[in-house]
Amino acid sequence: MTVGLAHYLAVGAMLFTIGVFGIFVNRKNVIILLMSIELILLAVNINFVAFSAYLNDVAGQVMAMFVLTVAAAEAAIGLAILVTFFRNRGDIAVDDASMMKG
Amino acid sequence: MLQAIAFYLLAAVTVASGLLVVTARNPVHSVLWLILAFFSSAGLFVLLGAEFLAMLLVVVYVGAVAVLFLFVIMMLDVDFVRLREGYARYLPLATIVAGVLLAEMVMVSLAVATGGAAAGGEIVPATADTSNAELIGRVLYTDYVYIFQAAGIVLLIAMIGAIVLTLRHRPHVRRQDIAQQVGRKRADAVEVKSVETGKGISL
Repeated sequence: MTVGLAHYLAVGAMLFTIGVFGIFVNRKNVIILLMSIELILLAVNINFVAFSAYLNDVAGQVMAMFVLTVAAAEAAIGLAILVTFFRNRGDIAVDDASMMKG
Repeated sequence: MLQAIAFYLLAAVTVASGLLVVTARNPVHSVLWLILAFFSSAGLFVLLGAEFLAMLLVVVYVGAVAVLFLFVIMMLDVDFVRLREGYARYLPLATIVAGVLLAEMVMVSLAVATGGAAAGGEIVPATADTSNAELIGRVLYTDYVYIFQAAGIVLLIAMIGAIVLTLRHRPHVRRQDIAQQVGRKRADAVEVKSVETGKGISL
């Protein structure tokens, strides 16, 4: 009953799939979409750290740190856009975002 | 043995709370499940020997990102019931896509873990004299210094972008104009008049 690399990769795969699933089913709610993206990035981080541990190379953890940085920046910008969109439209339904389409 | 129990517990909590993030009816509950998912994956990181990254995950995600999400959800007055329309319509397609994706990724993971470069590897624990944070620090500021600076620039641009996007000047609110204050000269503000004794002046 030893825990190997495959176990961690399986957790990462499941989390990634849940993120993609969330993007599909919550197509109208931007907040849940952003949270699904966070889940996907977390799955990537789990894979990075698992490989880093099992290959005995700290570079994977450094990369996971940069993924974390980008995820934080993305969340901040995404929520700022959301707030601006809400101020303009009074709603956050994604369908209305294509109103400039001809 | 104890490690295996901890792994299965943390993995189960991570996956279950991840699933609840995307299926919860109330977005506030979604954020709370997201926090639980981050916490338990921080536990997984500790099991893998990446203590520094685990603490970073708790501080950055739980402390900053999740609170930001919570803040925005509570600040915006949104009818979340309407946003759930179409949930049942997209569910079959989403399940099919997710199932295929999961099957593919698990197959690749198994192949990599049994026949790849890391096959049969063991977690190498950090020795007493070099902690995990020290190991990361040694390469972060030497081999990866440029990418580290780039990460700083990404954060700076994100900060400026968020401020530019959300800052708004309301009309009819008097604001401090520092350039005007600093650029003010003595001649604009003070006028010297000689007043004759016993008489006043009219302004």
